[in-house]
This record gives sequence, C-alpha cells and structure tokens, in this order.
Amino acid sequence: MKVLVPVKRVIDYNVKVRVKADGSGVDLANVKMSMNPFDEIAVEEAIRLKEKGAAEEVVAVSIGVKQAQETLRTALAMGADRAILVVAADDVHQDIEPLAVAKILKAVIDEEQPGLVIAGKQAIDNDMNATGQMLSALLGWSQATFASELDIDGDHAKVTREVDGGLQTIKVKMPCVVTVDLRLNEPRYASLPNIMKAKKKPLDEKTAEDYGVDVSPRLEVVKTAEPAERAAGIKVADVDELIAKLKEAGAI
Amino acid sequence: MAVLLLAEVNDGHLSMDATAKAVNAAKALGDVTILCAGASAADAAKEAATIDGVSKVLCAEDAVLGHRLAEATADLIVKLAGDYDHICAPATTDAKNILPRVAALLDVMVITDVSGVVDGDTFERPIYAGNAVQTVKSKDAKKVLSIRTSTFDAAGTGGSASVENIEAAGDPGLSEWVEDKVAESDRPDLTSAGIVVSGGRGIGSEEDFKLIEKLADKLGAAVGASRAAVDSGYAPNDWQVGQTGKVVAPDLYVAVGISGAIQHLAGMKDSKIIVAINKDEEAPIFQVADYGLVGDLFTLVPELTEKL
Ligand SMILES: Cc1cc2nc3c(=O)[nH]c(=O)nc-3n(C[C@H](O)[C@H](O)[C@H](O)COP(=O)(O)OP(=O)(O)OC[C@H]3O[C@@H](n4cnc5c(N)ncnc54)[C@H](O)[C@@H]3O)c2cc1C
Ligand SMILES: Nc1ncnc2c1ncn2[C@@H]1O[C@H](COP(=O)(O)O)[C@@H](O)[C@H]1O
Repeated sequence: MKVLVPVKRVIDYNVKVRVKADGSGVDLANVKMSMNPFDEIAVEEAIRLKEKGAAEEVVAVSIGVKQAQETLRTALAMGADRAILVVAADDVHQDIEPLAVAKILKAVIDEEQPGLVIAGKQAIDNDMNATGQMLSALLGWSQATFASELDIDGDHAKVTREVDGGLQTIKVKMPCVVTVDLRLNEPRYASLPNIMKAKKKPLDEKTAEDYGVDVSPRLEVVKTAEPAERAAGIKVADVDELIAKLKEAGAI
Repeated sequence: MAVLLLAEVNDGHLSMDATAKAVNAAKALGDVTILCAGASAADAAKEAATIDGVSKVLCAEDAVLGHRLAEATADLIVKLAGDYDHICAPATTDAKNILPRVAALLDVMVITDVSGVVDGDTFERPIYAGNAVQTVKSKDAKKVLSIRTSTFDAAGTGGSASVENIEAAGDPGLSEWVEDKVAESDRPDLTSAGIVVSGGRGIGSEEDFKLIEKLADKLGAAVGASRAAVDSGYAPNDWQVGQTGKVVAPDLYVAVGISGAIQHLAGMKDSKIIVAINKDEEAPIFQVADYGLVGDLFTLVPELTEKL
C-alpha cells in the first residue's frame, strides 16, 4: 500500500504573529516557517506504517509557494520516500483554500492511487480544519478525522477519534482519508545523516495548471485585524485578597 | 433567505446550549430550519422546536444517521441543500467533521469557526490561534459555516415550530461505529459552564489533578486542562482548552499551573474574568489575567478551596 501525506508550510508555532498595519493580512516576511505540527504527526504515522510493513511507500505532497520544497525536504528527512510539490502561488501571503487544495490532492491521488491518505486535522495558520474532510468527499472515500489511534486491518481501518464528549472508535472502509490529532504519536526529529540523504530523494515539481485546477479563492479577505486587547490586570498578594476581589467583581 | 441549521444531537439528546447559540447567530441570515438527525431524534426535535426564532424543525430518524457518522449525515444535508442559502451548525467536533464534507460535495468553501456575522455573505473568523481576526466575503452561491458558540448568547425558548419527519439519504456503507468512551460526570459542561477551573503541566500528576477538581467542585465549575496536562495523562482529551481543543468564554476562568502559551490563550482569552495561579511571576498567563496570584499551587489551591 502507498500512503500519501499532504504537508503544509506554515508560520512556526512559536512565532508571535503580527497583523500588518494596513489590515491586509499578517506579516510573513522574514518569519520562521515550518511544517504544520499536525502534519509532522501525519508523516510520523505513515513512516511507522512503513516500518511495520503495513505500507510500502510514503509520498509527501505540498501545495503552495516554491519554498514549500523545504517542508517536503523535512518530510523526506523524517523518512518519506518521495515528494511532490505543486506550485500554486508565487506570493507567500497567498493561502490556497482547502477546497482548491483538496481538488489538487484529488488529482494527484487519481494518478498515484494510494490506499490511504493521512493529513493533519488543522493547519495552524488559517485554522480551517477542512481539507481532509473535503478531499474525502471529492474522492467518495470514508473519512476518519481527529485520530488518536489508527489500526489498519486488511480492507478496513479502526480509528479512535478525539471528540467533544471523549473518544469515539469507528471502523472505516479502505481507501480512507485520516486526519490526525495531537495524541496519535510523537514525531521523530530528522537525524543529520537523514537530512543529507533527503537531499537525494526524488522531489517532483508540478503546477496547479498541470492538474487543471482553478485555485482562485472563493473567500475574499476583506480585512485582517488585531483581536480585542484585554485590559491589564493586577497581582493579588494572597488568597484572601483574591477572594475579596472576586466577590467585589461579583464573580463568586 | 433560508438557513438550514444542523442541531447538535448526541444519542438522541439535543445539546440545547450549543444549538441555541448557533440559532442566535443564524437568525440574522434568514428563516431558520433546524435539522435533528440520529438513530433517535424525535425528542431532540421536539425540544429544538421551542427555540425562539426557529420556523421549522426537520426530524430524520434512521439507524444510518446514528453516531453522526460524517458520510451519511453529509449526504442527507446535501439532499436538502437545494432549499437553503446558508447551511450551518455549532462548531462542535461533529460539525467540524461533517460540514467541510457537505461544502465539498456542493463545490463551495466552508467557513469554519465564525465569530461574527457581518451580512449574508460576510463573516468574521479567528485565524493564527486567535492572534488575528479575518473578515471574509464569500463568492459562493451557498454558504456553509460553523458557528463558534463561545461568542454568541443562546437564543431563548418559548417558541413552537412545527416538526416534520424526513428520511435519510441512504447508507453510503463507508464507515461504522464501534464504541464511545464517554466519561460520565455531574459537573457542568465545559463549553457552557459559567466557571471553568483548568490545570496545566504544573500540577505534575494525575493524582494531584484532584486538587483542581476539588476547587472546581467547590465553585460548581467545569474542569479544563492545557494540552501539556492532557498529553501527560493528567486529564482526558475532552478537557483540553485551546486552539485545537475547546473554546470557552465563561464568566470566570481559573488557570492553575498553566504558562499561557498562545495555543492555550486561543481557547480562553474571551473569558470575562481570568485568574491565574503560577509560581513564575513572568509566566505569560499573567498578561491576560485580571487577578494574578504568584506562588506554589500546592499550598494556594487547597487554601483557596478551603476558604471559599
Ligand atoms: C499544533 C499545536 C496545538 C496546540 N494546541 C493546544 C491547545 O489546544 N491547548 C493548549 O493548552 N495547548 C496547546 N498546545 C501546546 C502549547 O503550545 C503549550 O505547550 C501548552 O499549552 C503548555 O501547557 P502548560 O501551560 O500546562 O505547560 P507549561 O508551559 O510547561 O507550563 C507549566 C506552568 O506551571 C507552572 N508551575 C509549575 N509548578 C508549579 C507550582 N508548583 N505552582 C504553581 N505553578 C507551577 C510553571 O511556572 C509553568 O508556567 C498546542 C501546541 C501545538 C504545537
Ligand atoms: N497547501 C497545502 N499543502 C499540503 N497540504 C495541505 C495544504 N493545506 C492543507 N493541507 C493539509 O490539510 C490539513 C488541514 O488543513 P486545513 O484544512 O487548512 O486546516 C493540513 O494539516 C495538511 O495535512
């Protein structure tokens, strides 16, 4: 079985995001970019499937600007076998919407014929939480989102999902789109020798036009604003003062 | 303009709080029809019919809709979609699972976690863990959106909409339910509680997390946790508050042994009053706290619980 893992290049999760003064977006110039943390978990899971003998090949795919090459090299250094970059934008500030990403991924999947797609549950930049579900719909496949446990068993997969009420386990037909949650695994760091080796692994470059997908946005961004600031608070000296303040404020 | 709103129904029970908050947001868009779907949904439909501003309730009872498996529920919504301009739901994990699937089948973009309705095409939503708020205008003919419930008040009850029974769209045969692991609790629900007490990595162990639970019980509060506390096994996954967990906005939020990473703040910084207890006076949580108490939680929390 071949496993396909979509990975997104996003602002590093440790970076403090700044909204541009003119309200046109957030500032991404000279900002550290990394692989979306959920996608690291997805890559890790795919590699583990390969190590267990449940998968033969792991293919990482990224859609966006040319610089997403670096993200794909990270996936290759972690252990993916090959990578496909689909260039769909030339400005780092242009985010490709989940619907367009899903359409491109579908086209890649029609060619590659993987038996499983493992994606992140959410990109930490747009916070959409949509691409995996959309892709699954376009393919007419089953979907298993927010996975914290994944077991492949022949033509089915058993997936435990993190949901509002606790955990839900479902059995889905393969092929399937799985999106991963934080507790599925702990991704490995790429070792230096593997980072060197990754430079020689195949990385194909395509464009959105190659797949005939229109990536123009359906959602026009009217403006991007800072969230409301909280007024500065105070430090209280002890528990008694805290209780007094809370009573004063009518909170208890 | 007509709106179809997927109610939050679990095991036949309506989640009134989440559904009524979504109704309040959706009312601005047009006439609201609620869909209650499930293996059993009749009681939920009856209850949903009492929400103010609802003009009609559709009740779809079918085993295939049980456990809200995304494929069957999405197919039903797509079948109904022709009559509506907006399709929405409260942004629960169920809706996050189902709505993007619906949107893709309709060839439209989904707009998730809507925190403000500007007009029928224009919506606000937080991005980058709430570090920015984006206003987007949809060019799609139909809008599919999930509503962030923490930013809307619940619509009242007292209405009496009509209930119509409808059929499921069929069995896609793609997935089946195996089991649920749900912790039963007498505490208030995390996303609707008036007070939330959350613990972080500073608590140090599952046993000591009892300190948090005792304080919560004294206050009649729900219990939350940081990702670090959940990852370390001190607290179950459904207690996680944050960018990728639950978003809460209670009247009072008490953060204990939590440093205040942006991913955690994303889930609680709209709370009315925030209290932080942390031994590190430089901890970022103090930047959003109305009342900060610097010190060791192992002495301060028992003392607070005792004196309340
Ligand atoms: C993709 C992604 C998604 C994430 N999503 C979330 C999310 O949804 N929710 C979330 O919470 N996090 C999330 N995180 C994690 C987040 O970045 C932080 O790592 C996490 O919030 C830290 O948890 P914490 O504050 O409990 O732990 P720490 O940062 O380790 O803080 C522990 C605090 O306890 C204090 N402390 C220790 N001992 C005591 C004591 N005896 N008395 C008093 N204080 C004490 C310390 O001073 C410290 O401030 C996410 C991260 C990523 C990468
Ligand atoms: N531009 C992209 N390139 C590759 N994968 C993507 C891209 N956008 C989204 N994804 C995948 O879809 C997941 C969810 O993203 P989103 O729906 O944008 O929150 C991510 O974790 C990735 O696995």
